[in-house]
Amino acid sequence: MTNRATSTNSPLLELRGITKRFPGVLALDGVDFTLRAGEVHALLGENGAGKSTLIKVLTGVYRRDTGSMQLGGLEIDPQNPAQAEQLGISTVYQEVNLIRELSVAENISIGRQPRRYGLIDWQACRLRAQEALAPLELSIDVTQPLRTYSIAVQQMVAIARALDQQAKVLVLDEPTSSLDTAEVEQLFRVMRQLRKDGMGIVFVSHFLDQVYAISDRLTVLRGGNLVGEYGAESLPRLELISKMIGKEVAQVADMENRHAATQAAGPHPVVLQAQGLNRRGAVEDMDLKIHSGEVVGLAGLLGSGRTETARLLFGIDQPDSGTIEVDGKFVRKHGPRTAIRNRIALAPEDRKEAGIIPNLSVRENIVLALQGRRGWLRRIKRAEQQLLADRFIRALNIATPNSEKPAGQLSGGNQQKVILARWLAMQPKILILDEPTRGIDVGAKAEIENLVTELCADGMALLFISSELAEVCRDSHRIVVLRDRRKIAELTGEEIQLERIMHIIADEQPTEEAEDRTDA
Amino acid sequence: MRTRLRIKPQHLSLVATAAVFLLLYGAAALRYPGFASWFQTTELIATNAPLGLAAIGMTFVILSGGIDLSVGAIIALSSILLAKCLVEWNLPVPLAIPTVLVGGILFGTASGVVIRWFRLPPFLVTLAAMFLARGIALVLTEEKRLSIAGHATFDPLVDFLLFDFNLPALIFVVGIVVAIGVARYTRFGRNVYAIGGSEQSALLMGLPVGRTTVMIYALSGLCAAGGGILYAIGSQSGDASVAQLLELDAIAAVVIGGTLLSGGVGSMGGTLLGVLILGVITVVPVYEGDLNSWWTKIAIGGLLLVFIVLQRLLQRQRH
Repeated sequence: MTNRATSTNSPLLELRGITKRFPGVLALDGVDFTLRAGEVHALLGENGAGKSTLIKVLTGVYRRDTGSMQLGGLEIDPQNPAQAEQLGISTVYQEVNLIRELSVAENISIGRQPRRYGLIDWQACRLRAQEALAPLELSIDVTQPLRTYSIAVQQMVAIARALDQQAKVLVLDEPTSSLDTAEVEQLFRVMRQLRKDGMGIVFVSHFLDQVYAISDRLTVLRGGNLVGEYGAESLPRLELISKMIGKEVAQVADMENRHAATQAAGPHPVVLQAQGLNRRGAVEDMDLKIHSGEVVGLAGLLGSGRTETARLLFGIDQPDSGTIEVDGKFVRKHGPRTAIRNRIALAPEDRKEAGIIPNLSVRENIVLALQGRRGWLRRIKRAEQQLLADRFIRALNIATPNSEKPAGQLSGGNQQKVILARWLAMQPKILILDEPTRGIDVGAKAEIENLVTELCADGMALLFISSELAEVCRDSHRIVVLRDRRKIAELTGEEIQLERIMHIIADEQPTEEAEDRTDA
Repeated sequence: MRTRLRIKPQHLSLVATAAVFLLLYGAAALRYPGFASWFQTTELIATNAPLGLAAIGMTFVILSGGIDLSVGAIIALSSILLAKCLVEWNLPVPLAIPTVLVGGILFGTASGVVIRWFRLPPFLVTLAAMFLARGIALVLTEEKRLSIAGHATFDPLVDFLLFDFNLPALIFVVGIVVAIGVARYTRFGRNVYAIGGSEQSALLMGLPVGRTTVMIYALSGLCAAGGGILYAIGSQSGDASVAQLLELDAIAAVVIGGTLLSGGVGSMGGTLLGVLILGVITVVPVYEGDLNSWWTKIAIGGLLLVFIVLQRLLQRQRH
């Protein structure tokens, strides 16, 4: 393979024995990392493994305590992101760190704008932006504000900024989290092109399929230590996972293959029924039925109407037409307050913006919704709060020294569990989980998936939304497939197969069969 | 709905400001004979020059997501410092004016450094600066007005006229032109927008956030000191009690001019219009004769409310 040939070059970037200590935590303990020119090198590990810290040391956000860094054979010591960029190390972050209100052209060149007589030459600035975007096969109006473009385009602009800076090392930190399949493919095309041009790319991702699709080599970290460096082809997926989470391969295989108990949901009563839900720009003609004790998965790409459906069911948005019944009774004036009174709970997609209150303690975060339902006059007694908090910390295995730690200081996966605990404390009949496993590590993911299965065994109805199809397949009794804001298929039991769903979403098969089932 | 005239969404707020100004100015011109005359126009600019200069500095501050409450007090302090320099310490004008300007820069720099180093909210730091500057001004004068009338090298500045523009009017006009250029055509200006848009992103993009922040407040201090000098020229005096709450007028002018208080969006041209709108509203009671000048406050309050609601609606439309 051609990329194998190029990646035998001498190292482009060499980190040796990097150690970084934070108060109370040894975030990195003597970690080595080697990046060659012309390779995509995946940096893998669970949350808290030290990936972010290593990247921040590399890009000058943090200073290392000990260890050496060499770029092209020369010792480097970037003090801040600006210096790292000057050295040729550019980073594209998950939550695109550009300025939304400024134009695309300006975002690419700001800080290095071409000048004439000391003043910015906007004409040259636009030309340079177009040049930087050309290799990405992106022709957009560079004078428009960045915010007018999709996240995928914004990420391309961030990469163009790196190209404009003559970057030799490009760090992509979770770049695919907000992209749909086609956009991921476009990003990969760009990455392959850059690799061919001799750039060294560090790729951080939670999506193992993507890691294997694009990476030449893998470096695995665990708990601040280096586990090892491997060729992508010589490390099977199961072994990789076991290295990441430090469990035996057999255990992992069990986890990977687990399929939700496929008992028929027939005799259980319908708890939630939506008929003909319409909302402009959100969903069209959505019918949905959820029985108690059932996990219904919503499968579909980003923008297919998954989150929009959840918002309608929880009453955040009002449908233009259509009805919602809870326990056979029509719901009028649907809103989050009525939803909560009907014991529907929603754990939203964006836990930072819509869920966790970072400065409140774990305990306070857990009792929040319950207190909300009781009303502020009838305060939940401190002892009772403590009991609830302790119970859920134990039940969900939330990693926190005690219930009084501010929730914002927990890792992503544990924050997600705190939000889950908040809604579980209300003993909901229907729980809507929107991307409960987004951006959290493999171990925590498995625990949350286990929890989903347990909850429904206890009679709770679950609506499970995830962009990871494999996950939806594993955990759901019934899967509703969405495309372009419409329900296009509904699968149960043995019909639930990853491949089949992917075909339906990709519209590669005639969907008449699926349509029939929907009508039935 | 289709409109023939295509206005880019990001310019809508500026267009609205311009429309309000034209409407007000047009109505006043029709109602009061002589209002739109050349002389009255230069007079309008001259009267509002100290506020205008302060608003220029304030625009940079607000664009960066900050606020500067000390500008009114720095205007007062600067007018007194100038009077002291000229009258009591017998400094010549070419030395006195730079002294005052440097004083303003130092005051602003100090605010900026405190804001940056201790990561304190600009509101609090400049509130403290406001009390300090006003207090120093009062101590220096013991609350007396210091006259600079009849000063040999200062009088030429007072009497200066170019096409009916006196020195304050001219400096304001030049100042706004320079400021438009700085905001649009210098890296400093663009960094101000970037910091206001997202300080975190600006940092990660490798922009000099710390240096720029300090420079912004230094610039605001410089503009306020300039405003103090213009005030001294206009009134031929230094006065510790002048420009009370002028910072709030400056903020109002900037916001009416279409700059978002949250930073990152706005324009210097809008600020010019905002200052002129306030200027027109303020002189209307003078022309009306029997209209109480308190009504100007109500008009400014109403206008400000309309504009902030309008901006929010425009923002919502974008989503």
